[in-house]
Amino acid sequence: MSSVVSLHGTTTHHAHDDHHGHHHESFISKYVFSMDHKTISKQFLITGIFWAFVGGLFSVIFRLQLGYPDATFPFLEDLLGHWAKGGKLSPDFYYALVTMHGTILVFFVLTAGLSGTFSNFLIPLQVGARDMASPLLNMLSYWFFFIASIVLLSSLFVQTGPASGGWTVYPPLSALGDASDGSKIGMDLWLISMALFIVSQLLAGLNYITTILNMRTKGMSMTRLPLTIWALFFTAVLGVLSFPVLLSGAVLLLFDRNLGTSFFLSDIVVAGKVLPNEGGSAILFQHLFWFLGHPEVYIIILPAMGMASEIIAVNSRKPIFGYMAMVGSMFAITILAFLVWAHHMFVTGLNPFLGAIFVLLTLLIAVPSAIKVFNWITTIWRGNIRFTPAMICSIGFVSLFISGGLTGIFLGNAALDIHLHDTYFVIAHFHIVMGVSAFFGMFAGIYHWFPKMYGRYMNNTLAYIHIWATLIGAYLIFWPMHYTGFAGMPRRYFDYSGWESFKMFTGLNEFITIVAIIVFAVQMLFIFNFFYSIFKGRKVTDPNPWKATSLEWTTPINPGHGNWPGEIPEVHRWAYDYGKDGKDFIPQTTPVGADESKGH
Amino acid sequence: MKDLFVVAIVVMFFLVVFQIAKASEYVSILKGEEKTRKQNNKINGFLMLVFLVLGLIGAWWCNELYYGKTLFPQGSGSVEGEEIDTMLLVTIAICGVVFFITQILLFWFSYKYQESDKRKPYFFPHNNKLEVIWTTIPAITLTVLIVFGLKFWFKITGDPPKDALMVEITGHQFGWDIRYSGKDGIFGKKNYKLYNKPAGNSLGVDFNDPESHDDIRTTEMHLPVGRPVKLIIHSQDVIHDVGLPHFRMKMDAVPGIPTTLWFTPQYTTAQMKERTGNPNFVYEIACDQMCGKGHFSMRGVIVVETEEEYNAWMAKQKPEYYALFPDKDPSTATPPAADTTQTAIAQVVNP
Repeated sequence: MSSVVSLHGTTTHHAHDDHHGHHHESFISKYVFSMDHKTISKQFLITGIFWAFVGGLFSVIFRLQLGYPDATFPFLEDLLGHWAKGGKLSPDFYYALVTMHGTILVFFVLTAGLSGTFSNFLIPLQVGARDMASPLLNMLSYWFFFIASIVLLSSLFVQTGPASGGWTVYPPLSALGDASDGSKIGMDLWLISMALFIVSQLLAGLNYITTILNMRTKGMSMTRLPLTIWALFFTAVLGVLSFPVLLSGAVLLLFDRNLGTSFFLSDIVVAGKVLPNEGGSAILFQHLFWFLGHPEVYIIILPAMGMASEIIAVNSRKPIFGYMAMVGSMFAITILAFLVWAHHMFVTGLNPFLGAIFVLLTLLIAVPSAIKVFNWITTIWRGNIRFTPAMICSIGFVSLFISGGLTGIFLGNAALDIHLHDTYFVIAHFHIVMGVSAFFGMFAGIYHWFPKMYGRYMNNTLAYIHIWATLIGAYLIFWPMHYTGFAGMPRRYFDYSGWESFKMFTGLNEFITIVAIIVFAVQMLFIFNFFYSIFKGRKVTDPNPWKATSLEWTTPINPGHGNWPGEIPEVHRWAYDYGKDGKDFIPQTTPVGADESKGH
Repeated sequence: MKDLFVVAIVVMFFLVVFQIAKASEYVSILKGEEKTRKQNNKINGFLMLVFLVLGLIGAWWCNELYYGKTLFPQGSGSVEGEEIDTMLLVTIAICGVVFFITQILLFWFSYKYQESDKRKPYFFPHNNKLEVIWTTIPAITLTVLIVFGLKFWFKITGDPPKDALMVEITGHQFGWDIRYSGKDGIFGKKNYKLYNKPAGNSLGVDFNDPESHDDIRTTEMHLPVGRPVKLIIHSQDVIHDVGLPHFRMKMDAVPGIPTTLWFTPQYTTAQMKERTGNPNFVYEIACDQMCGKGHFSMRGVIVVETEEEYNAWMAKQKPEYYALFPDKDPSTATPPAADTTQTAIAQVVNP
């Protein structure tokens, strides 16, 4: 295999030389329809940042309603027109915002924006390849994502509004235009957008897997890969195997909506009309949805885990503790991810025996998760920690992953889920464990690899303010929600003031809204820092600014198309020789010395 | 004007932050980057400790503020819910121990092992003994939680005691309909195709079935205390969910697929008013599955009362059949006033 890899490396190397000698790329082929994995990665990242801004803004708007249910905000009417008559959100549009917030953040930001960015950027650079296995499919994957984005964005402007049945789009609500305005044309657009998105993910995922398996440079055996690559590999496997199931669900739902089929519909009377549909099962959709929906949360969190592992090792100046255990636990998570989906469905009338199996498998996932946490903590132990912004993000990631992971033990236990299901406890759980913590993984990745992406540094002071404020804010927002969850407060309510059981949390809701606004504002610091630093940041002068061992830092400061100007370097060791034999670090490209201790 | 003022202040704030950030870069160039980096490292290392301490205080303070507002202090309204509460508290205790140990280690190590010229990082790539220890301990702990969890789960989802009272609850956008089986203890047949709201038959009851003739339909659910009750749950349009936070129970209402849940109320509404010290206390049915624009107002009420009160209330209820077909009612000669209360909840939310 290694001969094939080096052969490929050499041939592309010649192509690369020709490329520089005879041909100047036009603006369009260099920045728009680029096939360079680094440019595509930046396209994913910047589109992701745009979506994160939109999704975050939506949450601020609906938090205003939750925090101040009796107040009116005239500027909302200026912004949203008839969706906020007199400055008060309509329930219809409130639910549309909630739905869009979930869809955007889960799929467009934390899937495409996170794994799209870093799989593209890091896989060729860290395995030692000139580009992806198929640069063309890679480009197409971005443009399918782009079209999916346009379709979703356009659904915000249709008269009946965007989809409003929640990001899980359970039928019959999502299937029947008569049941909700958001289930009219907005829902068709949502489904079409999702279908395009899935095509993008499949193209991307196949490419990532192929590249990792076939295009590693000489000496880069699988067990020498940095953990980022392992994480991105498992992410791609999860995506490729589970997204098609959601696609089938989306297509069947489109049929039910537009062609009169009854896959998910039966025994329904809506808006005074008896529907002819018979024999379908509304629950079937939930199985199809969660067969993707649950692996999806690992698709989101695995890249963050991989990047945090790498960054923690680099900045602790120590090898990651238990490399094989880390790989093994990610493998276990990947397998188990496919076997736990019905824990989202404990209260749908699921057969209790089946429920019991899912309890067992779900709680089993806590074991590999715990191993990872202990290994991260052990990596920090007796290190020599450099608090770069990326490192603080990674520590924040671990902290959030602990907090959110532990509450999963509550929800995975069916008896407790009966009480906690669809309350704010769930909101707290998944926002901490896959929302904010995945964001911290993403921030960590951006702060860490920004110098490689743009040849400049981001501003440290802005970064420190941003990270600490976000970490504190995230806990202030989501920690108290565990208590409202224990009080049984249901999620997705427009207004709690009519409820004797939940109205005592008015003050808390207001507090959470205020913190949410501040945290959103703090993200502007990040966005500003990001774009400002692309053009005006301090220039990188050292090709290996973090003193890391992995291959991407052996490229020039601004690597061109093809990544390495000469031969692709050969790899002689794993990626975590930090602090070995008293040396600060030994790059992967350094041959093993005769007097070197055995170590790993 | 006020808006402009707010915007101006926000912009000013960002400008100030930006200037500070810029200035810090210049200072770092003047002082030497390595020196600035070390100084930043010290500050952030210290902040790790500050975050840990403030975080622990914050967690304690949040508990002081909000524990009283959770459902724990008032106790479970149902006998079965007590076990769920116990289970919850045990899980909180176990997870709490893990939470505090891991978070304290994480931030303490971060603080303690911050960069220092004196320290050489310890090359420690793996240790199988440690891995085995922290694979086994979580596995054993989880096994305990699973065993107890499943014990309760099978009990709760199992068959109710034989004497359980059967009550049917049907969700629709946006309200609940309650039906009792009347004296014969059997519900009359339903068929959604018989739905005819203008004629008063919004549940699609088959009135040709004689067993439907004594069925009673209400908007408020009354339950006798101490007697197990089994809810038979339907939905007419989209998926709803019968959420009963005080009883620690919840079950989806799915169109076309009836579901059930059962519990035993152990305190009357009046007793709960005393326990909670809230004279307005009421057992509420909250829809817990997103069902459309009126989801948040899909509220139902359960009144738990003594057996005598319940029987007295039930005796006053008139079967739906007689309300719709007054001429069939043996007890009255004159037709009663039209009963439209059933739709009252639906009108709570009206666009």
